[in-house]
Amino acid sequence: MYDLLTNLLGNQIVAYVIAASLPLIFVLTFVLFAVLAERKVSAHMQDRLGPMRVGWHGIIQTLADMLKLLQKEDIVPEGADRPLFNLAPLLTFLGTYAAFAAIPFAGIYVGSSTAIGIYYITAVSGLVVAGLLLAGWASDNKYSLYGAMRTAAQIVSYEIPTAIAILTMVMVSGTLSLMKISDMQTAHFWNWWILGGPETGIVKFLLIPFMIITFLIYYISSLAEVNRTPFDLPEAESELVSGYHTEYSGMKFAFFFLAEYANMFAVSAIAVTLFLGGFHSPIGYLGHSLGIDWLIPVEQFFWFAFKGTALVFVQMWLRWTLPRVRVDQLMVICWKYLIPYAVVNLIIVGIITLL
Amino acid sequence: MKKYLKNTWDALWTIFIGMKVTWKHLFIPSVTIQYPDEHRPIPDRARNRLYVNIDDCIGCMQCQRACPVDCIDIKTVKALPTDELGLTSKGTKKALWVTQFNIDFAKCMYCQLCVFPCPTECITMTKVFEFSEYEREKLLYNFSNLTLSEVKEKEENYAKFMEKKAAEKAAAAAAKAKAAAEAKAKQEAEKKDNDNKPSSEEKDS
Amino acid sequence: MALKTEELVLNMGPQHPSTHGVLRLLVELDGELVVNVKPIIGYLHRCFEKHCEALSYNQIVPYTDRLDYLASMSNNLSYVMGVEKLMGIQVPERVEYIRVIMAELQRIASHTVALGTYGLDIGAFTPFLFLFRDREKILDIFEATCGARLLYNYIWVGGLSHDIPDEFVPMVKKFIKEFRPTIEEVNELLSFNKIFIERTANIGVLPPDTAINYGITGPSLRGSGIKWDLRKNDPYSIYDRFDFDIPVGEGKVGTVGDSWDRYWVRMLEMEQSLRIIEQAIDNIPDGDVHEMVPKRIKAPKGNVYVRAENPKGELGFFILSDGKNNPFRVKVRPPSFVNLSVLGELSKGYLVADLIAILGSLDIVLGEIDR
Repeated sequence: MYDLLTNLLGNQIVAYVIAASLPLIFVLTFVLFAVLAERKVSAHMQDRLGPMRVGWHGIIQTLADMLKLLQKEDIVPEGADRPLFNLAPLLTFLGTYAAFAAIPFAGIYVGSSTAIGIYYITAVSGLVVAGLLLAGWASDNKYSLYGAMRTAAQIVSYEIPTAIAILTMVMVSGTLSLMKISDMQTAHFWNWWILGGPETGIVKFLLIPFMIITFLIYYISSLAEVNRTPFDLPEAESELVSGYHTEYSGMKFAFFFLAEYANMFAVSAIAVTLFLGGFHSPIGYLGHSLGIDWLIPVEQFFWFAFKGTALVFVQMWLRWTLPRVRVDQLMVICWKYLIPYAVVNLIIVGIITLL
Repeated sequence: MKKYLKNTWDALWTIFIGMKVTWKHLFIPSVTIQYPDEHRPIPDRARNRLYVNIDDCIGCMQCQRACPVDCIDIKTVKALPTDELGLTSKGTKKALWVTQFNIDFAKCMYCQLCVFPCPTECITMTKVFEFSEYEREKLLYNFSNLTLSEVKEKEENYAKFMEKKAAEKAAAAAAKAKAAAEAKAKQEAEKKDNDNKPSSEEKDS
Repeated sequence: MALKTEELVLNMGPQHPSTHGVLRLLVELDGELVVNVKPIIGYLHRCFEKHCEALSYNQIVPYTDRLDYLASMSNNLSYVMGVEKLMGIQVPERVEYIRVIMAELQRIASHTVALGTYGLDIGAFTPFLFLFRDREKILDIFEATCGARLLYNYIWVGGLSHDIPDEFVPMVKKFIKEFRPTIEEVNELLSFNKIFIERTANIGVLPPDTAINYGITGPSLRGSGIKWDLRKNDPYSIYDRFDFDIPVGEGKVGTVGDSWDRYWVRMLEMEQSLRIIEQAIDNIPDGDVHEMVPKRIKAPKGNVYVRAENPKGELGFFILSDGKNNPFRVKVRPPSFVNLSVLGELSKGYLVADLIAILGSLDIVLGEIDR
């Protein structure tokens, strides 16, 4: 992608800037869509209609909300630590956005085609914790502080099962590069890692149940990492009002919102890349059969966005179905259930791959 | 260990059941309506804004007395015998000018207690519920159909009438007193004549 | 060297999403652990009892609506029973039947709110709206009958404000038919959800003797396994004619008297209310609902205390009359107020999230607590 842009523009720096902001465009569009989708999904699950006023079936409701947030007064509480208070939303969004750098959206586009993509993502998402912790601390609000402490404990703990699940995948696929993992699952959906990947024979069938378990462990712990129900304790509405972003308003609040939804897509995108074939089509490409080369990246991007959105939909579905767990139960689920299962799973998968 | 596995299974299974329920509801048509565009049918007995058919009001103030929050404020002026107020639709004769019939809907709690005692059924609850205002004063509804000048006129008329009546009464009383005094004097005179014993003290009294 | 630590004092409310109104909780926290809870009330005080002294007997009825505004019918009923007892009025059969149906519908409506908001406190949003949808149906029935959806002023001294409309019986039957699947659905979605059980079972265990010592009534008491329901134990109106059970907490998923039991008792009570309505709805006798409404209500000298089983617990009215048009004194025994008093004892040593769960399981309404 860089090479293409560099050749096209003749300037490396401009090419970098453009290439780096492409995910931003995607993220913004996705958030616009996802916020509406969340409201619509929740509404229809509850026999309601959701936003219906702005545009056809409220299609541009999020845009109106964004305009409203832009106009809002930017309130900083008196006791707040101003620099940190202002920094926190940026840092949170930065941490989220940095993860997009290593996610392969299509065969020709990945922000950084580094060989250690998944490692980088695991590391960089730690920035989000720093942002949320700062937000809670700087707000000078007891609810925010509680929310922030919970976030820190939660995200840091859930990194472990996430990491073990990812480790399982790395072990099976033998690479850290997300691009390579994606390319292993090309052609058809039975090549997806969740269905045993490109392995053949008995190994494939032995792998399937354990891959599904790996996927579930990853998915559950990713829910906790993005603070979604049933693990939305940091912003537990009924206990902590809004948790770490209680005191935020206007654009800064919008940044947290943006970061939350972007994060939702990021973790789904990783799940898609690791388990569900990445950007590859499950049923073969139209571009191949028609012989149109430029159609393939478009198709790839479509499949990637589609699969990612489907997983985001499941996140929403869960959110509007489940109650919230308690803070100690959250830890119990992590340390007593997910981690042992993940470790046992890792060992079993290791043995299977030796076969 | 068994409990451990059971817990895991229970959690996943009950989550799955819950998700099944919400999935089913995703395709059930919504039960809500788009309010300002659509209205749900309001039953006939709905208790919303009060309406007073002032033509039927006889100014008995029963509604004012029934109101627990004193949101009804009625003032009446007695009609002159010469005034023609007409009859209510129930055939009751009206004897009072209702110069003021204020209902403050900012205070009203729509309990319907004022509706039942009305002898002419002139105060009723309607189906109108969309009457919010930006200023509180605008929620003060005056149902009286008399203009201010008319009210003043009626009040003056009545005052004049009362004055006249008082004057008449006073005159009548004075005349009566005079007659009585005269009669008394006459009586006394007769008495005096009979007694033949005039005395100055008696005369003065 | 030990670090010097102190408790964090957190003001929960009066503006807080899950204090069920304008209740303020002064919570002392040690980390996430609750050390002490002090409920501070009075943000919704409206001088109900003092107002009554300046109002005539039937003018008080709309004010009783506003006590427990989720169960106005039941409040009306218990106040009106008091005045009727004072005046020695025997109301016609028809009125009694309609009153019982209304009170039971109101019980269901109140419990739907209690259960729905309880789910909301725990974090489940969807059951709340499913239950609210069905509550709307009850409100539709009430609206068709008396014209109001929340504050009914329906049950009058000696009778009712309106007779039931023609569509009443079919509407109630339709509601019963439609409501049973909702109970099933909420059970699937919430009651037996593992996360919900984990959140509520063994949390806020209220032992029977503590419950009695604090004077807890209603579903919160029955959750502790005590079979005490005024409809059975001290039957008023015509409750002795109906066949229904009193569900009590059995500790099905945890300890007897935990939050889940209190929740579950409400769930079962809705079914029992449906049973009572089913028995009553077909047997409403003919008659005039205004027959016994006195022209002018003037209670004789004396006093009376009546109590009735409200959705929240035992609602008592003490009415002291000096023979004038207005009562001399009206005292209310609000169930929520008494039930709230146990919160401090119940929630000590639990987590903040449990405090919310315990508060929700007590099902308080601030309109009644502050009056």
